Amino acid sequence: MSGEEFVPLSLTPMLIGVFAAVACALPGNFLLLRRQALIGDAISHVVLPGIVVAFLLTGMIAAWPMMLGAAGAALVAVVLIEAIRRLGRIEPGAAMGVVFTTMFAFGVLLLEQSDTSAVHLDVEHALYGNLESLIWLDATGWRSLLDPQALRYLPVELPRMALTLAGVCLFIALFWRALKISTFDEGFARTMGIRTNLLGLGLVITAAVAAVAAFDAVGSIIVIAMFICPAASARMMTNRLEAQIGWSVGFAVLAAVLGYVLAGYGPLWLGGQDAVSTAGMIATVSGGVLAVTAKCGPCRSRAGAPAGV
Amino acid sequence: MSLDAANSLIENRVVAGLDQDAKIAQSPLAVRGLTVSYGEKPAVFSVDMTVEPGQMTAIIGPNGAGKSTLLKAALGIVAPISGRVTIFGRPLAEQRARIAYVPQRASVDWDFPTRVIDVVLMGLYRELGLLGRIKGNHRARALDCLSRVGMADFATRQIGQLSGGQQQRVFLARALAQGADLYLLDEPFAGVDAATEKAIISVLKSLRAAGKTVVVVHHDLATVAEYFDNVFLINTRRVAEGPVAEAFSEESLQVAYGGRLAATQIDQLARG
Repeated sequence: MSGEEFVPLSLTPMLIGVFAAVACALPGNFLLLRRQALIGDAISHVVLPGIVVAFLLTGMIAAWPMMLGAAGAALVAVVLIEAIRRLGRIEPGAAMGVVFTTMFAFGVLLLEQSDTSAVHLDVEHALYGNLESLIWLDATGWRSLLDPQALRYLPVELPRMALTLAGVCLFIALFWRALKISTFDEGFARTMGIRTNLLGLGLVITAAVAAVAAFDAVGSIIVIAMFICPAASARMMTNRLEAQIGWSVGFAVLAAVLGYVLAGYGPLWLGGQDAVSTAGMIATVSGGVLAVTAKCGPCRSRAGAPAGV
Repeated sequence: MSLDAANSLIENRVVAGLDQDAKIAQSPLAVRGLTVSYGEKPAVFSVDMTVEPGQMTAIIGPNGAGKSTLLKAALGIVAPISGRVTIFGRPLAEQRARIAYVPQRASVDWDFPTRVIDVVLMGLYRELGLLGRIKGNHRARALDCLSRVGMADFATRQIGQLSGGQQQRVFLARALAQGADLYLLDEPFAGVDAATEKAIISVLKSLRAAGKTVVVVHHDLATVAEYFDNVFLINTRRVAEGPVAEAFSEESLQVAYGGRLAATQIDQLARG
């Protein structure tokens, strides 16, 4: 494929996909080891009504209102879960499940009723984003990457996602040692003065920021897949956390690139007509990677691992 | 009561109070009025404890008596409802570098992707800080701690591949790496093989010989007299505290265990 075709049409969606996948996969490693893997799932469900409300109030999709809306929704969720748990005397897991699904459903209803046709915010996009449409029509080839005129019209999601990824990397690099110790042995970490509660909260906030930023571009399907699949696959490949992080980034990039290519060209190769959903394909590829590593990964069967069925 | 008698009584009380203060200031771990509760019922109620410096103390009591909770509250892992904890006479927050802690082995996930040596290196966190680089001398020290517990050959093993006793020794090596003055261990002998128990007790005795203080939550009454200098008996409240010869008595055991020990068992222990 030539640069004239690749750069305007495929480079930006591919990069956004890669950045989103890696930004979710990195905190996913810690969430998985802390047995909080479903927090990514929860976040991506809960924030939908918050994002919709933020849009209804401001009339635009911008980073700050979205983040604030999402944060507000998360707060409402926490309050609701506590209320249901206490008033209804329902176990916490069930209370969470009820609140997450209800809030997501409410977000869908809200979306359906409001006029969001002018922007990329509707039920479909909430599920699988609009990666395919994040193209860079002002680019004419590789040289456009050095052309300030063309760069001005880069899809706004690209720098936003890149910034988010940089923030996620910074958090993990800065608190690496404390995160590792407190994930392994929280009590011990506390005796050494590590503020484990704050650190855990920081991790969840980091994951939430990644999820909300990715949500707009790639939808909730990828967010859920990317929090869990790359990290879980990576765990089967190695017994060292440092290497696990590396593998998870590799798997996230692989899923994003391969998913993009397969979604765009796979159906054509099979003699079909149209491309399929990129987000759906990326998530499918990451699931496939997990299946392969679960069968063939060198560290898949471990003495201390949770027993299989 | 005459005025003189009253005065001397007050004086005695003041002197006794000053004595107390001096004891607390010297004690590696002093606890006053500590109450901890997880739900409505307190797990530890209004406990005073004064650990003797340079000795080995066992915390004993029946299951659910608050032994581990006492330790965790003293270390700031769980927040007490009330009470005061001092480490060598100063608040905990100022003295963290002087404490080493060995949690219960079952409290962590041994499937965690890390190697034996990496766990021991965690003990150097206070020295390294968030971003300090691990250098050759840090590794050498971690290896030295591992060889003190007989685990040097396992340095690059994944921790999930170890037996329970080996895992317990790795935890002890991590505490050694902390280079503390006060060592607090939660059930280090639970479910370990005889060789490990021997290895652990000999390390603890060498710590005592070096002037360190060791406090162990312990469940095996049969080994208390053999292993420890002092004993602290707890059943939510403090039952007894002091040298094994005095505090580890039939009466206090009967109170702590609430008649759950058969008379013959106690008889055996008292003679043992």
